Amino acid sequence: MKKTLLAALLSGLATAALADINIGVTLSATGPAASLGIPEKNTIDLMPKTIAGQKVNYIVLDDASDTTSAVKNARKLISEHKVDILLGSTTSPNSLAMIDVAAEGETPMISMAAAARIVEPVDAKKSWVFKTPQNDAQMSTAIVEHMTNSNVKTVAYIGFSDAYGEGWSNEFSKIAEARKLKLVANERFNRTDTSVTGQILKILAAKPDAILIGGSGTPAALPEKALKEKGFKGLIYQTHGVANADFLRVCGKDCEGTFLPAGPVLVANQLPADHPVRKSALEYVTKYEAAHGKGSVSTFGAHAWDAGLLVAAAAPVALKKAQPGTKEFRKALRDALENIKNLPAAHGVFNMSAGDHLGFDQRARGMVKIEGGAWKLVK
Amino acid sequence: MDLQIFLLLGQDGITSGAVYALLALALVLVFAVTRVIFIPQGEFVAYGALTLASLQAGKVPGTVWLLLAAGSAVAVLDGIRYLREGRYGKLPPLVIFNVGLPLAAAGALLVVPPDSLPLAAQVALALALVIPLGPMLYRLAFQPLASASVLVLLIVSVAVHLALTGLGLLFFGAEGSRTPAFTDISFELADTPLQGQTVLVVLASAVLIAGLYFFFERTLYGKALRATAMNRTGARLMGISSSMAGKLSFTLAAAIGAFSGILIAPITTIYYDSGFLIGLKGFVSAIIGGLASYPMAAFGALLVGLLESYSSFWASAYKEVIVFTLIIPVLLWRSLTSRHVEEEEE
Repeated sequence: MKKTLLAALLSGLATAALADINIGVTLSATGPAASLGIPEKNTIDLMPKTIAGQKVNYIVLDDASDTTSAVKNARKLISEHKVDILLGSTTSPNSLAMIDVAAEGETPMISMAAAARIVEPVDAKKSWVFKTPQNDAQMSTAIVEHMTNSNVKTVAYIGFSDAYGEGWSNEFSKIAEARKLKLVANERFNRTDTSVTGQILKILAAKPDAILIGGSGTPAALPEKALKEKGFKGLIYQTHGVANADFLRVCGKDCEGTFLPAGPVLVANQLPADHPVRKSALEYVTKYEAAHGKGSVSTFGAHAWDAGLLVAAAAPVALKKAQPGTKEFRKALRDALENIKNLPAAHGVFNMSAGDHLGFDQRARGMVKIEGGAWKLVK
Repeated sequence: MDLQIFLLLGQDGITSGAVYALLALALVLVFAVTRVIFIPQGEFVAYGALTLASLQAGKVPGTVWLLLAAGSAVAVLDGIRYLREGRYGKLPPLVIFNVGLPLAAAGALLVVPPDSLPLAAQVALALALVIPLGPMLYRLAFQPLASASVLVLLIVSVAVHLALTGLGLLFFGAEGSRTPAFTDISFELADTPLQGQTVLVVLASAVLIAGLYFFFERTLYGKALRATAMNRTGARLMGISSSMAGKLSFTLAAAIGAFSGILIAPITTIYYDSGFLIGLKGFVSAIIGGLASYPMAAFGALLVGLLESYSSFWASAYKEVIVFTLIIPVLLWRSLTSRHVEEEEE
């Protein structure tokens, strides 16, 4: 008798809380990916507190850039907090590991990590998974195109000795080979290395026309400094992983003339007035800088913002079909996410479909050059 | 690989080796005196470099608040003891050193913008903010456990390391910093460019090592530390306070760490968690010296630095693997050549 009373009481409590939309977030706000996770976490605070008249609760957990913690967080969010949707995680290994949990819990998930494998190919499990950052392949293509247009024949690669660096090495060498670019050296370094002299000397011995550095955040500045010190005169490319103000601060004049592909949000105020992303990108920049100071915005936070936009666009559709907190609502939310069309966001325009859970096209990337210590859009 | 590359790699290896040597010496010192395997050694490198960087950026570094908090905790703990024992005369110096000076530093930083100070003053200030953390850490975390087993001390040491890394993320953020070079001079040596900063690192390390040698051989405190390292009970019977020896060795370790951090900050980017790997390489070097011999540890550090540099050229993806695998043959050789002495139970 007591037990049933308790159960009734608990379920009463549960239904009271279930009227709100619960969004579970797991981010890498500490650990090696913290420079990406912290702006994402700051962005969650800027997201709408109500969607279509429904109160929205954000439950934010930190996974410390650790795969096991990300999975644990995802399980906890689904089973304890009964979330309607999962946002996260920051890194590709974490997001890949969460797919099984999301599919098992029949909860849609929006990842903020880059690897294409997170959403491709869309199968029974990955039908629950969406992501907001551009694929590595999209960005690699932009770099390779720019290289071939600049008459580069031989290229060297130096990247992180982790999933990020490996992923770029794979994507880049595939596309470079297809476009007849010769990869003459392929080196690795660690995020916290104090010297890359050995790798740089080996690369310089191979005499490449251009060098691509596959790193994220300020650690990617170290190879550039070593290259400048040793007198490298060719073109230097970075990936979109470096697109934050700290990189410019640390790299200083060593990074002048560096090229990188980036989402339009990085150069939002340089976009032409008729660019479809200009308005939505500027909205994010204004909001973030109002809360965290001028020049604080980074492209990583914008991936989280885009995830928020997706939820805000899909939730009203799903609310018409079912109540938040139910299995039906989660299913309806998934269907609504898949049918999002022409949604301008900070990084591009989303056009989801059953076979494409990213939905970005050419408008989601541009080449950017570092000039006078600032990002300049290359026309 | 031509001669120039060989020389450049050697130069790079010696530079890293010089820093590892300093850390290895600090690790040997702390272990010999207190039996603590001092994992947070690397954190002092990161704290020293990042405190300097945030001073140069015109910010008040978070280390000030940590110093204030740790100092207050020490003052409360020791203050209660002095009050109980009726040693009132000890109270004013205790409060002045642990709370007064950090408060004065915090006050001064809030009044004077730190980026307006000359470089030497910034360096001195950064050192003054980081070094006292060493003895405070010893007082708070290790002194109450001074007679515990090496394993317990190691566990505490790991906990302190994790706490300091977390605080580092809070204070300095996830992104790294680099400070401007102390000197822009560069030389040509056998057709190989040589940066003034690199020479400075090697020279400073050499001077510091010589200074440590002088300290241990010629000063009373140095001899007291050596005596404690050889036989703690015996040293205590001769009137050497083991908690004084512990605090002194932690002060030296913190000073060496912070100084190394400030030395390498201009040549590389330092992150809140960079210290761990640097400290670990210092540890590998110290192991080569059996955690007991200073010259062997310094030699080991050079070996680690050179190995790291050449392996980053040949097989960059396996660089860390190669460096840390070095510890296996070393341990094997040590366990075959040296007799194992059971640890004395107290």
